Amino acid sequence: MAHDASQPQQRLARVGKATTEKPAARWALIAISLLFLLLMLFLPLTAVFVEAFRKGLFAFIKALGDPETFSAIRLTLIVAGIAVPLNLVFGIAAAWAIAKFEFKGKAFLTTLIDLPFSVSPVISGLVFVLLFGSHSVLGPFLQSYGIKILFAVPGLVLATVFVTFPFVARELIPLMQEQGTADEEAALSLGASGWQTFWYVTLPNIKWGLLYGVLLCNARAMGEFGAVSVVSGHIRGQTNTMPLQVEILYNEYNFVAAFAVATLLALLALVTLVLKTLLEMRYSAEIAASRRH
Amino acid sequence: MEVRVEKLRKEFERFPALHHVSLDIRSGELIALLGPSGSGKTTLLRLIAGLEAPTEGKIFFGEQDASYKSVQERNIGFVFQHYALFRHMTVLENVSFGLKIRPAKRRPEAAEIKKRAFELLELVQLSGLEKRYPAQLSGGQRQRVALARAMAVEPNVLLLDEPFGALDAQVRKDLRKWLREIHDQTGHTTVFVTHDQEEALELADRIVVMSQGRIEQVGTPDEVYDNPNSPFVFGFIGQSNCLKVRISNHEVWFEDRPIGVPAPGEREGEALLYFRPHDIQILDGCGGCMAGVVASSRRVAGTRHVEVDVGSGHNPVEIELPPERAAGIDRSRIAFRPTKWKIFRP
Repeated sequence: MAHDASQPQQRLARVGKATTEKPAARWALIAISLLFLLLMLFLPLTAVFVEAFRKGLFAFIKALGDPETFSAIRLTLIVAGIAVPLNLVFGIAAAWAIAKFEFKGKAFLTTLIDLPFSVSPVISGLVFVLLFGSHSVLGPFLQSYGIKILFAVPGLVLATVFVTFPFVARELIPLMQEQGTADEEAALSLGASGWQTFWYVTLPNIKWGLLYGVLLCNARAMGEFGAVSVVSGHIRGQTNTMPLQVEILYNEYNFVAAFAVATLLALLALVTLVLKTLLEMRYSAEIAASRRH
Repeated sequence: MEVRVEKLRKEFERFPALHHVSLDIRSGELIALLGPSGSGKTTLLRLIAGLEAPTEGKIFFGEQDASYKSVQERNIGFVFQHYALFRHMTVLENVSFGLKIRPAKRRPEAAEIKKRAFELLELVQLSGLEKRYPAQLSGGQRQRVALARAMAVEPNVLLLDEPFGALDAQVRKDLRKWLREIHDQTGHTTVFVTHDQEEALELADRIVVMSQGRIEQVGTPDEVYDNPNSPFVFGFIGQSNCLKVRISNHEVWFEDRPIGVPAPGEREGEALLYFRPHDIQILDGCGGCMAGVVASSRRVAGTRHVEVDVGSGHNPVEIELPPERAAGIDRSRIAFRPTKWKIFRP
């Protein structure tokens, strides 16, 4: 009896091992990933901070206090402050339309939302130059009314909105699809208006996913370089955002100042990462199951 | 409140879900929409609620035409299959939601809302759980919160979509009895959808049997069980046997012999004989009866279900016997005759 019982167990143990690598292979894989992360992520990040503080804390603070740098920080905050709320509204609207209605061209709209991810940011910027440049139709027309799009804040906002609009929508679509429409129907059947339903039922249901999307959207909006660079015109103290300012300072061999601004962007990235991890840990069930970012 | 449905038709993108359905729901009755999946029962319920718009036809609430009223204007209470409780609100907040969101002039005072919510929670036996969130409740408790929430707005009619569908068997039975009690206490006109005939038979005042977007029969549980008006209803409600027979000389013939079942007034020719497994009589000898070999038997609760092979080309017949009569009859020959039956034409 005992012999009979032990035999299948042995066989099971052998089968169980089939999905597990040998310890050596396991350690090798872990070591490779760690080494890669160390070389490609951790070292550069450390270098940014080391370079920024090379000439001491005082030089660092002085570099950030420079009027042009200060204006770049301000501009980045303004652009993100406009672009992120716009994409929040747009993202909710698009996700609502796709997740809760049936209409023709839905698949096409879904694909279209992903477009900014597949287009090179430089092209995204060029699109706006073509639309609003001095040789376009719209540019001179708006110019005649004193409205300046290119090489001004509106252009920066447009380019940033374009590049970052998938973040909120893509976070919300799978979430809202999964939640279905029963909650909304329940609210309506109890007499709630459309707006009340959205405010008291839909929004609380998606709030963590929404926050997650906004966080990613904001990180990208503040860090965007390519598209913004094309439409900015690089006017010092006026149309330079933080990433553009880093480039200018670096090209002028002003390393301490360049890296000082870079530390701010790096800090933003770290804070985003920490918040993102916290959100995922606490509300993973309420944030979309599929992570593609 | 009375609800009247007149020649209601509904198409989903050219696919017909409901064909010219008419139905009178009496004030205060508990009525079941019973049918297999795809029979249009949920569509009918959602049309009455105003969650779907009809392609054609009218819906009356009392004397008022409600066909073009929005779901909010109809003032109904809807209990969803998976309850659709607001997960970020407590039980109390869920129940008071319908009153809280009313415009100021129709909204009771906060204290009054709270009082009403507590009364309802007591009615559904959930006192003491008002601070819990839906995730902290069992399936049966969620179901009861959903019902309390729907009743809080004092609806014209209560609509329940598969109210017990997501619960396990024992809880289902308890809740069924409990729902009947609540209905008798509150007297709301109540329509519920179910695919479980046992549930409909036990709970409803009247049953609407539906199939493929049409109403097959409307009647009390006794009527639809004892006097089904179509082969579908006979087959769908309760157990049944169907045999290919022939009518000849005002008698039912099976294969080459009459089986002792009179058919006065029936037209000659091919027919289908329907009877229930328990509506039979076992005979000793056989001079004009059905006979066959017992193929298998199994014990179901208080009776034994015996499958009898009555000949090639026919479905085996299932009959119910008291266990003591069924002892040791396997593989032996058995003679019987239906005592109650219905004849339908193929």
